Amino acid sequence: MSRASESAAVLATEALHVAFLRSGRTIAAVREVSLAVGSGECVGIVGESGAGKTQLFMATMGLLPKNARVSGSVRFEDREILGLSRDALNRVRGAKLAMIFQDPMVSLAPHLSIGVQLAEVLVCHRDASWRDAERAALGILERVGLSEPKRRLRQYPHELSGGMRQRVMIGMSLLCEPLLLIADEPTSALDVTVQAQIIDLLRSLRGESGMAIALISHDLGVVAGLADRIVVMYAGRIVESAPAGGLLRHARHPYSALLVRCIPDVHRARLGPMPYIPGQTPGPDEVEIGCAFAPRCPHATDRCRAERPRLEDLGGEVHVACHYPL
Amino acid sequence: MSSSLLEVRNLAVHFGTVAALEDVSFELGSGETLGLVGESGSGKSTLARAILRLIPATRGSITWRGVELLTCDAASLRRQRRDLQIVFQDPLASLDPRMPVGETLAEPLEIFEPELGAPERLGRIKHMLERVGLGAAAIDRYPHELSGGQCQRIAIARAMMLRPRLLICDEPVSSLDVSIQGQIVNLLLDLQHEFGTAMLFISHNLAIVRHLAHRVMVIYLGRLVEVASCERLFSAPRHPYTRALLAALPDPTGRARGAGLTRGELPRGAAVPSGCAFRDRCPYAQELCARTIPRLEPVGAAQAIACHRRGELVYS
Repeated sequence: MSRASESAAVLATEALHVAFLRSGRTIAAVREVSLAVGSGECVGIVGESGAGKTQLFMATMGLLPKNARVSGSVRFEDREILGLSRDALNRVRGAKLAMIFQDPMVSLAPHLSIGVQLAEVLVCHRDASWRDAERAALGILERVGLSEPKRRLRQYPHELSGGMRQRVMIGMSLLCEPLLLIADEPTSALDVTVQAQIIDLLRSLRGESGMAIALISHDLGVVAGLADRIVVMYAGRIVESAPAGGLLRHARHPYSALLVRCIPDVHRARLGPMPYIPGQTPGPDEVEIGCAFAPRCPHATDRCRAERPRLEDLGGEVHVACHYPL
Repeated sequence: MSSSLLEVRNLAVHFGTVAALEDVSFELGSGETLGLVGESGSGKSTLARAILRLIPATRGSITWRGVELLTCDAASLRRQRRDLQIVFQDPLASLDPRMPVGETLAEPLEIFEPELGAPERLGRIKHMLERVGLGAAAIDRYPHELSGGQCQRIAIARAMMLRPRLLICDEPVSSLDVSIQGQIVNLLLDLQHEFGTAMLFISHNLAIVRHLAHRVMVIYLGRLVEVASCERLFSAPRHPYTRALLAALPDPTGRARGAGLTRGELPRGAAVPSGCAFRDRCPYAQELCARTIPRLEPVGAAQAIACHRRGELVYS
């Protein structure tokens, strides 16, 4: 469906569907998502809470809870990884496919030193000796710009600040030189000055290593600085996929256009009302009739409320699910 | 005594050996919105809580409409509190999960206006629910049935039930989606317009503060480093830290203009540098900055900064 899938896609999902069984009912979180991330490409995944952005990648990583039902296909390096055994999946995860999360404190083990946690990755995935692994750990901390890396190796997660912990997580994810890094809201828990530092770091690491990045955020402003392509999700579906620059200048889906308008911009803001999107996203158990965005859309018609728009190719690598693209 | 609503003088709050706030002085006028901006750990929430006397102050004075809040007795404090309300960051955590919305909103009325009859109380609650954009039908809902944005509307409704003179908002939109943040900010603007409530609006996000505040205070490691009118702060920020904060914000194309303006992060606890606390992240630090703590001094009519180099630094 896009340039990425035609050439060498690192990751490609096909009609991926994720639902959760809860007290006898099925609640859909991701609906028919076909998404490809090309080799070396940075794709930004944007949407409000509940849009399914995280669940999409948790399914990809095989990290969904037991009550999840997944169908469709997830191909990594042209190999189906959906439904792989834990052992088989572990050979891919961590080594070629890495993921970092919003809160690095939760992702790091509190009782192990940073050095041990980093070295373990290479001992497990690469059969490295502890000695070599520790040397590599020191190297990676230098690479992610952590101050006093030697001392950090001996420290525990609680002794580091949020920004430092996120640098450690990024370093850990890079140890095995993954083909794809999935970064789920990596800067949302950090202060603005640190946020900018982490985005800069991801940008320069990507330049050096050529790895692909899937950057998930509710804040289009964060994604805008890094992504080549932006994928906008709403209520479990992709509603727009377009080159980043084009989407920011001229979004074709009304929802994307409103998201662009909501990017906080201190230089444009003035005393008075702030742009917003009226209403709220549909609840997970609401029945899907027509376009899920129709109740909040300024351009919606009866057709939108009755008939669900399909993702159409508008040319120029732009795909939009809207009866009346802007 | 000046005509300000709130006057804070040399306020200090220490937790053990850690100084969370030091030498904080400012005034807040009736109907004014004062923004308070800083990174996590800078003391923003500590200041909010100290004003409400939810935590004890170590030194200083907080005068509220002529009453010294830090030394007044419990009965007097309680009377003042009806005019001093707060909205917290996490709306779900600040609402009682076992209480339907109607009971949550009835509570302030039962405490401060016990003479009110039941029908009248219900009328006030319904009116306020309409006012915050939820509709009277929300009265029987529980917090877990509502979205984050809706819960924040309830928290705002609860705070506004008694029509306070001052509303303290501690990061009221930080836990919400960017698309929803504007809904809440605009609601606060409307309510302020209607009731003339003064606001202390705390946020780490300068873009949001710009929509609401008349004046802004920038706090770094427990000390105010810049206080200016909104106009001056955004068009001509003077403290190197304020400049770094502004430069770190991405523009709509996603490029931060100057992420490199400051290195490192806020030091924690006991690791605060001598002299100016910002000096080890500041590109302009000199020897003097390590020796003495700069005081907040005026640099023009509506602007003050705490910086030893305030007279010499010129920015293009």
